[in-house]
Amino acid sequence: MFQLLSGLGSRVTGRIWRLGFASRFLFATLLNSGMALRRFNLTIREIYFSGFLSLIIILVSGLFVGMVLGLQGYDTLQRYGSSEALGVLVALSLVRELGPVVAALLFASRAGSAITAEIGLMKATEQLSAMEMMAVDPIARVIAPRFWAGVVSMPLLAALFSAMGVFGGYLVGVVLIGVDEGSFWSQMQASVDFKEDIVNGVIKSFVFGIIISWIAVFEGYDSEPTAEGVSSATTRTVVTSSLAILAADFILTALMFRGS
Amino acid sequence: MNRATLDLWVGIFVAIGLGALLFLALKVGNLSSSNVGETYPLKAEFGNIGGLKIRAAVKSAGVVVGRVSDIKLDPEKYVAVVTMQVDKRYAFSRDTIATINTSGLLGEQYIGFEVGGDSDNLKNGDSIKKTQSAVVLEKLISQFMYSKASEDGSGSKK
Repeated sequence: MFQLLSGLGSRVTGRIWRLGFASRFLFATLLNSGMALRRFNLTIREIYFSGFLSLIIILVSGLFVGMVLGLQGYDTLQRYGSSEALGVLVALSLVRELGPVVAALLFASRAGSAITAEIGLMKATEQLSAMEMMAVDPIARVIAPRFWAGVVSMPLLAALFSAMGVFGGYLVGVVLIGVDEGSFWSQMQASVDFKEDIVNGVIKSFVFGIIISWIAVFEGYDSEPTAEGVSSATTRTVVTSSLAILAADFILTALMFRGS
Repeated sequence: MNRATLDLWVGIFVAIGLGALLFLALKVGNLSSSNVGETYPLKAEFGNIGGLKIRAAVKSAGVVVGRVSDIKLDPEKYVAVVTMQVDKRYAFSRDTIATINTSGLLGEQYIGFEVGGDSDNLKNGDSIKKTQSAVVLEKLISQFMYSKASEDGSGSKK
């Protein structure tokens, strides 16, 4: 019994200790990001690896998600005789929720895991210590560019996901099923508000970008310098950032769409 | 990969990302149409606003001329005070009637302006005197039911 309690306690304090370390780490990254912005080609390189190379998966899944929304939405809406509202349904669900959230989940598993594995391996092969020996701050040289690259890429990827999804919904709804094209677009434009829906979606994806990049670089930096440690750190990145995205999504949605 | 190609690909990535945002803003959203330049506020008091919401449309002859910006309850008269932002390009006579209508049977509610014949126009911040409250469907049905029931009752007595 006592062992159970003390085990529980040590796990909780361990978590809190890690959270504190992670916050301190984020602060240090933000402080040392001057170099990532001055030598911007470092960040550009990371945008290429985490942003540009995620394009294919984001575009293809966006298209399919939009097509599924088109099919399912039409199936439900035509029962109530309002299949013209298909555009509204597809656009609102993508711009408000699915775009930022699904793109963030994909980004976490596609790019976040890669960042963690890369940094973890750098640590395991003592590249980070070597940098410190050469008086190069690894946080400024390695961590900050990756962090900012994730923060920059995420909103762009989410916007691409939403745009691709709307196009997929258009393909299925208008081209395949034959919903009236004019009412598809005009009803969409009438109900999607730029400030309420699109800007809030971008803010969401921006926050998700910060969360994913933070967790990914931290888990990499904090991983045990062994093969096993790197693998478990990579797993933790995907699990933690997925959970954090969904929790943050709930909080942001509750703040943004109180249903005025 | 050398730096120039890297820059090129990242440039393409950022460009199509921003392009997607632009697409969302212009084609999916309403940035292109509804944010009509300058507006002026008008007020109107309603006995009952039904399901009217902030950002509901204000229409005249079916054309959207503004939006509802604020809904409050007057604590003394117990009426709803609705503030609307109306497009500056349109002016309405002082005896305009504001009614709360519903688009379709179950659609959204909006405010309709029926313009009168007064030669003076409503100015910035004026309040519309003649209003007509929302039709509450339940009230309508219950009135109909009562009148039907009383008709039947009086009929059976005879």
